[in-house]
Amino acid sequence: MTVPTPTQPDAILWLTNLNALVCGLFLLVSFGLVAIRQTQACVRLFILLSVLLGGSALLLSEIYTTWHLVVVGVVDICTKAVIIPWLLRRALHDEVYTRREVTQVLNIPTALLLALGLAILGYLLAQPLLAVGGPSAGAVNLPIGLAGVLIGGLTAAVRREAVPLFLGLLAMENSAFLAGIGVAPEMPLIAEVSIAVDVLILVMVVSVLTRAVHEHIGTTEVGALTTLREGPGR
Amino acid sequence: MLLLIPLLPLVMVLLSLLPLGRRFAPIATLVAAIAELALAVAAALEVAAERNLVAIAGWVQLDGFGAIMLLLVAFLSVTAALFSVGYVAAHHYDAARVRSYCAHFNLFTFSLALVPVLAEPALVWIAIEFTSVFSVLLVAFDNTRTALEAAWKYVALMFMGAAIALLGFFLLFWAQAQAGGGHYSWDGLRAVAPQMPTVLVMAAFVLVLVGLGVKVGFVPLHTWLPDAHSQAPAPVCALLSGIKTTSSLYVILRLVPLLPAARINGALQVIGLLSAGVASFLLLQVRDYKRLFAYSTVEHMGIIFVAAGLGGAGGAGAYAALLQIISHSVTKSFCFLAAGAVLLLTGTREIKDVRGLIRTAGPVGAALLVGGLAIGGAPPFSVFLSEFSIFRVGLAEGHYAVTALLVVFITVAFFGILLHVNRMVFGAPGSLPAERRPRLPATAGAALLLAAVPVVVLGLYQPVWLSHVLAVAASNLAGVAGP
Repeated sequence: MTVPTPTQPDAILWLTNLNALVCGLFLLVSFGLVAIRQTQACVRLFILLSVLLGGSALLLSEIYTTWHLVVVGVVDICTKAVIIPWLLRRALHDEVYTRREVTQVLNIPTALLLALGLAILGYLLAQPLLAVGGPSAGAVNLPIGLAGVLIGGLTAAVRREAVPLFLGLLAMENSAFLAGIGVAPEMPLIAEVSIAVDVLILVMVVSVLTRAVHEHIGTTEVGALTTLREGPGR
Repeated sequence: MLLLIPLLPLVMVLLSLLPLGRRFAPIATLVAAIAELALAVAAALEVAAERNLVAIAGWVQLDGFGAIMLLLVAFLSVTAALFSVGYVAAHHYDAARVRSYCAHFNLFTFSLALVPVLAEPALVWIAIEFTSVFSVLLVAFDNTRTALEAAWKYVALMFMGAAIALLGFFLLFWAQAQAGGGHYSWDGLRAVAPQMPTVLVMAAFVLVLVGLGVKVGFVPLHTWLPDAHSQAPAPVCALLSGIKTTSSLYVILRLVPLLPAARINGALQVIGLLSAGVASFLLLQVRDYKRLFAYSTVEHMGIIFVAAGLGGAGGAGAYAALLQIISHSVTKSFCFLAAGAVLLLTGTREIKDVRGLIRTAGPVGAALLVGGLAIGGAPPFSVFLSEFSIFRVGLAEGHYAVTALLVVFITVAFFGILLHVNRMVFGAPGSLPAERRPRLPATAGAALLLAAVPVVVLGLYQPVWLSHVLAVAASNLAGVAGP
């Protein structure tokens, strides 16, 4: 099979469709992150999510012919698919890493149903924005990114275990980025790269904090920490 | 010069990690903070003379609004650093822990100084995110169960907000590209504001408002705030409540001029009133005096937001909001330092366990009383003056209901704060015998005195140069797209 060069219009179409496929898979993995309960599986899904984000960035860089997004894609894959999982792995005990969540805030079918609702909401919210912005190759990124942000928030909300909760938050950031590269491919590069640095620092801070929680409280089920509140209970 | 200001604390991070004994790092931090303050005043004087300071055009530059934030950051860093010298000494931390504290403290002040000098919104997002990330381990510094719990809530909600705000900044960039582009900076955005599609700017504003609203602590996104602001060490609380929340608010206010005033002012007033109202009643039922001041922060963030939504000829509402930002920052940091002094002396955060401070520890009791009166809005302190100017603008612009509600909430909060502070300062003295009471470190006392200066002075007198900076800042906030 010969891959057409991006200068031809049908090549653009081909790449656009491929990007849509990548975005669809991104949404699917976001759903997976809501449903999967095992910490290690969550990390694997997050790696997949980051690779898909990087893939979308590389595809869009071909479509828009901007080298910015090549850097963004490469930096993204390096930090989120390689360094962050490695940092988490290194910082946390095996016991934390292989843990399965036993208590659930919300059962899986309900969570998935909610996620579906949020995906539809994301689609609806994106419509008026896309109507103003006009058609573009990255248009598909916006509704999926919006849905991803909402679903990532849901993931974080239904989790009690530290690492999966944090991965939900990182998934939110990934989704915001997915929408961002679609609508603002010319965003200054320094900003995009510093965001990756910021996320790296955040992961280190959270690792230290999780370790401290594990040492001093003896659990990583952060959702169960509810000492701080007002009222006569204290 | 502008690049030097955030660079100073960054260099101090490395210096404080050097193993040069327990005394070195806190004192070096203090010296750097004083140098930073001198630079910030110099920068503000430049801005007062209507010269925009530009280090890297479109990336690093300072206007009036930025100058005010920078001054506050620098001043609060000095008082917090001064208090820290006594704080770490009183806690008998070992050398490694002192170094860790100072390194994190400097990282935090670095990020705070970064926010006002940057002019590119995406970079400002990163700076705001740094202010959260670098303060997490300070909140958890005591490693107690409650501190760790507060830190977890804090980091989770901060990052959740950051992700939402990030999407907002991408949309903002898109909106500017739709309007023909130009440099992505606060000025560049304002220049093309009338041409930007309102739907996109509105969507961006809502996302940033929700995302950064978490960091500001607007009701109903405020639940983490009393936890984090009560568990951190006192000097850090002073920075968190005094300026970190305000820094996030600063970014939201930067977006206000991009939207037609008629469409947005009502929303600002409602959101602000909700925060001020809910927080003023929550104040009444606290049991922990640091949480008392934390709820007061939520209330004041609401008041500032209402002021920003009042509009008014020649940016009168913006001017009042800026005054309130200044008076709240200096007063609230003073309150938290006073609360920190009480905690150092009594070892308890419970209001019911602290009684008769004025008899057992006169100066600290007096400081707490002054703090309570000042933040509640009693004359002649600076908060009274700024709140009064908000009422005046509200009445002049015909927002009678909004002003009346604001008066009610501020009165409730005043009585709430004074109710608790009164019991702590007066009343029968505590059970702790005099000889077992630790003494307040001299540097902590000096920090309290220094922090009290603007609280009192700005209520009576406003330097001419500061008025100039305020006028420039109000023009930065005035809407271009407004009617």
